Amino acid sequence: MFIEVDGVEKVFEVRRRTGFLKRERRQVRAVDSISFTVARGEMVGYIGPNGAGKSTTIKMLTGILTPSGGRLRVAGIDPSRERRRLAHRIGVVFGQRTTLWWDLPLIDSYRLMHRMYRIPDGRYRENLDRCVELLELGGLLDVPVRQLSLGQRMRGDIAAALLHDPEVLYLDEPTIGLDVISKAKVREFLRELNHDRGTTVLLTTHDLQDIEQLCSRVMVIDHGRMVYDGPLAGLHEAGGSERILVVDLERELPPIEVGGAARVVRTEGPRQWLAFPAGEPAAGLVSQIAADYPLVDLSVREPDIEAVIARMYADKASA
Amino acid sequence: MVGSGRLYGTVAVGGFRRYATYRAATAAGVFTNTVFGVILVYTYLALWDERPRLGGYDQAQAVTYAWLGQALYATLAIQGGGAEKELMSRIRTGEIAVDLYRPADLQLWWLAGDLGRSVFQLLGRGVIPFTFGAVFFTMALPRSAATWAAFVVAVALAMVVSFAIRYLAALAMFWLMDDRGINQTVMIAGVFCSGMVLPLNAFPEEIGSVVRALPWAAQLQVPADVLMGETSLWTAYAFQAGWAVALLALGRLLQAAATRRVVVQGG
Repeated sequence: MFIEVDGVEKVFEVRRRTGFLKRERRQVRAVDSISFTVARGEMVGYIGPNGAGKSTTIKMLTGILTPSGGRLRVAGIDPSRERRRLAHRIGVVFGQRTTLWWDLPLIDSYRLMHRMYRIPDGRYRENLDRCVELLELGGLLDVPVRQLSLGQRMRGDIAAALLHDPEVLYLDEPTIGLDVISKAKVREFLRELNHDRGTTVLLTTHDLQDIEQLCSRVMVIDHGRMVYDGPLAGLHEAGGSERILVVDLERELPPIEVGGAARVVRTEGPRQWLAFPAGEPAAGLVSQIAADYPLVDLSVREPDIEAVIARMYADKASA
Repeated sequence: MVGSGRLYGTVAVGGFRRYATYRAATAAGVFTNTVFGVILVYTYLALWDERPRLGGYDQAQAVTYAWLGQALYATLAIQGGGAEKELMSRIRTGEIAVDLYRPADLQLWWLAGDLGRSVFQLLGRGVIPFTFGAVFFTMALPRSAATWAAFVVAVALAMVVSFAIRYLAALAMFWLMDDRGINQTVMIAGVFCSGMVLPLNAFPEEIGSVVRALPWAAQLQVPADVLMGETSLWTAYAFQAGWAVALLALGRLLQAAATRRVVVQGG
């Protein structure tokens, strides 16, 4: 197994001022006995609400945080003990942070990576050319990073993380704040990277579509505990989540009646909201409504991942 | 070794170029240092009129010291505002996590970047005001190239000491939540103890002997003494190198403690 996490915990001590000189110490369990393994070449989504422990897990996997307990190995290396040795084999991208030199043209940061990771010249050129082509960075190499748009900068950061051929890529919210086109480009690139190079990818995100389009496996963490590890479809079943079909009819009508699990949850004039299981495709439902009702317009709302997880966690707690 | 040299060389060049990008800021800095130089020179001349040979300097030496202070002010970030400012903000926001992922040594990385910055500031905000001073005022400048070379070495050592002090201040941010107090301390200690206000030689003996032994003396007073031939080279270099090594070593200890125990902030 490429990544092995066995009963890992991380406890932070938080000190709070309770009086003039009094302080109260409190322990916060950011990660509470998590275990999982990731095989080489897998692409895994790692999701959970804010503060669930996702970033803490990634920080432990890269070695910048030391676990309070448990065992952790990446490519056979104990990350916190041999952080710098491991650094040559991993790539990290933070959606909200950049590794690029803010004031200088993009290419300067890449030259720095060339030196930092001691990438052989030929390999560096090859990887850079490939990233420039696939991530469409051609016109941007001479532009100072501070002048790049968020989407451009994000693509720039992804390229920077890949020049040294990392075996595993950790992505923390790689599509946060990006527009639809930029998101699509990033996802397409990651898919190809995983497919062509066999790079192992661990992706944390709030965007369920990132997971749907990229990952065959998803791990859900909440309050520091793993609450689900399996395929995405199973997550929807486990969470009992529903998608919402918003239907605009020509005029106000009684609630739409269709067979199966779909049901109207709300009406407002000619507009009606139908909930249906998230695991099922919308096509059948849509064609049935289109055939039986005077349909003007419709849209599908994806289930809110946080709601799914909240429900899963509540179920687990009551079970 | 060679690979490391090239890496930190690249970081230093990057540090240089990052500052070189901001031309208007550099021009404004050159102007400010020149104006302050003129003000300080006339203040010193008035003082040395009243107290000839104060601190063992004649008037030309006092004028030289004043211009040297202006030339090294930005070079050594005597008031703060070098690499440590960025490092502090990276620690505060948690951006430091990105630096820690790299297969590079944190201290050497920031040292290299700050040296690049220092060299740029020396060439821009250092050389121009100093040349202005040399053209328009009588200064006590050495004739021999060897003394100039010795002076350049002293300035290089001063750069390292200056970084080492500010790096310690920046690491304090791992334990503090706000950078204002530490920045104020860096500024006041830097300006006063480096001898930006008055040469340390001219301080009253009780305070002077203490301040001249502190690391800040390695920044301005020692290079000035080297330039004007007021000290033996080896005493000067040993003092600077001693502080550089001690402070960098302390920085490494603090860095190890910080990265081991302290929470990297932000999700």
